[in-house]
Amino acid sequence: MARFLVRRILLGLVVLWVITTLVFVMFFVAPSDVSRLIAGRQATPETVALVKHRLGLDRPVLEQYATYMWNLLHGDVGYSFYNSTSVRSLIWERLPVTLSLAVGAAVLWLVIGVASGVLAATRPRSPADRIVTVTALVFYSMPAFLLGLFFLYFLFFRLHLAGIAFFPGSGYVPLTESPWEWARHLILPWFTIALVTAALYSRLTRGAMLDVLGEDYIRMARAKGLRERRVVYRHGLRSAVSPVITQFGIDLGTLLGGVIIVENIFGLQGLGQLAVQSVQSQDLPVIIGTVVLASAFIVAANIVVDICYALLDPRVRVH
Amino acid sequence: MSQVVGELERFGAPPVEPGPDAIEGRTSWQLAWARLRRDRVAIACMVVIALITLVALLAPVIAHVVGHGPNDQYLDSGLSPEGLPRGPSSQFLFGTDDLGRDVLVRVAYGARISLLAGVVAASVAVFIGVVVGLAAGYFGGTIDSFLARFMDVVLSFPFLLFAIALVSIVGPSLRVAIGIIAFFTWAAVGRVVRGQTLSIKEKEYIEAARSLGASDLRIMFVDIFPNLLAPVLVYVTLLIPAAIVFEATLSFLGLGVVPPTASWGSMLAESLNYYRVAWWFVLLPGIALLITTLSFNLLGDSIRDAFDPRGDRLFRK
Repeated sequence: MARFLVRRILLGLVVLWVITTLVFVMFFVAPSDVSRLIAGRQATPETVALVKHRLGLDRPVLEQYATYMWNLLHGDVGYSFYNSTSVRSLIWERLPVTLSLAVGAAVLWLVIGVASGVLAATRPRSPADRIVTVTALVFYSMPAFLLGLFFLYFLFFRLHLAGIAFFPGSGYVPLTESPWEWARHLILPWFTIALVTAALYSRLTRGAMLDVLGEDYIRMARAKGLRERRVVYRHGLRSAVSPVITQFGIDLGTLLGGVIIVENIFGLQGLGQLAVQSVQSQDLPVIIGTVVLASAFIVAANIVVDICYALLDPRVRVH
Repeated sequence: MSQVVGELERFGAPPVEPGPDAIEGRTSWQLAWARLRRDRVAIACMVVIALITLVALLAPVIAHVVGHGPNDQYLDSGLSPEGLPRGPSSQFLFGTDDLGRDVLVRVAYGARISLLAGVVAASVAVFIGVVVGLAAGYFGGTIDSFLARFMDVVLSFPFLLFAIALVSIVGPSLRVAIGIIAFFTWAAVGRVVRGQTLSIKEKEYIEAARSLGASDLRIMFVDIFPNLLAPVLVYVTLLIPAAIVFEATLSFLGLGVVPPTASWGSMLAESLNYYRVAWWFVLLPGIALLITTLSFNLLGDSIRDAFDPRGDRLFRK
């Protein structure tokens, strides 16, 4: 297990290095002229040269790369071009929103996906199975932002008109302030991300469970007189869940995408909104900061997923 | 048999109709098509997709018939005195948007963008995926482990974030959006192709081809590739809706088409500020998008089933 861990973490570091280098190439080496972008459309060549000098873009590429990496290692991505606050503090301010959104949505999507998949697999071809299947198909085809808009229209706006003001349409309340309000403000964003992604998990779980429940050792477990609940969850789900976990590792990027979309729809002041806003205002340090942070998160989360996978399925550790 | 029939025909005898119990050889494609034709849902999906394509192709005709261009702003007749969008009426069948433009005409033009992005991005992705997957599976060894790792990394990338970063440098456009979509989806195809290639290349006929002196390229594309057509076809039908959703999402976030071009995603973004007063502004592009992705997903599922009736279907059992 220790060797597996070390190898996995080393690989993660390599991936992270590749991504940060890619970001560097995209922003500093690629033919598009960053300093011209920053100086504005009507800038004189002198202004552009000045900006170039201030950003250190007139130095040799390798030297720039060294400074960039050195600063990154210290968690320093410079200052926002617009409100002259450090990117670090901007990100730090908005991290709780995004974290609450992402973690809550991920938990919800796994629970909904796996539970509905098990429900469908234990009663194949029953009305419950059919309902789960059709629902999964609709949500699978639904773009996240469209579901968010539908939620806003029906559950926020229409219910408000009808006098039921339960679902807020925007805003965020910190968990430390009021856990209830925190959850109430996040419930629509959570479900938007969760339902769209849970659809695939429901199908995956159903397929894997149907395969597993046909195995001999499940018949054995039943023959031993174990309770059905124990057979399904302890013996069946445990081995059926590995494709789900693999897919979860792949979908972490999707989770971040969902976060970006949902924050923009529900007016949540998180990192996704920050990223989109900084693209619109060409705020390079902020873009770089969010991209690098998100990639680091993906890499770290993938390591955690792989460890869970190895714990659940000992065969993985050997390969 | 056919020779005999030919002989008889030459002598003026009526051609022999194959009897009801004549044994016909049918290729797996013919079998799949026969199964697909009996699948009512698949036929319905094909009809819907054909209709949407027709709307996309005829968008200028629709605009001409209705008399409103996709980007024409009717600031007097298209907006209420308060400057808000107007609801469905005889002049604007599906109402107007916040700038007094005809929603129906814009949705028709949006279909062009969606289908174009979907089909082009999916084709590019499939092309790259097939080439890389074939190379990885066929050559194996270091090439395979490098390419397979690379595909894993691409698949787990925070793609929307990278799209944001890229667009911030090169500026938004449909071409960039299509490129981004293709770049982040080819790996899914590459994986499937790699897996299939790994098993096919061990077959005896490949060994036979090699002993006849066939080159690597010939074995890959003439001997192995035709066996991959069925899964690739399924993937194309499933990638198109994914690409359509992707394009709509990029345009929704302002990273896709440039205004005033109508795309379903950009229309929905514009409607975000008006959904309280103008439901039609959300509904029509939203429903169009949902129906399109739904039909492609169901059709892809049916095609998969037609080729491999015993395999796992994603949605219908």
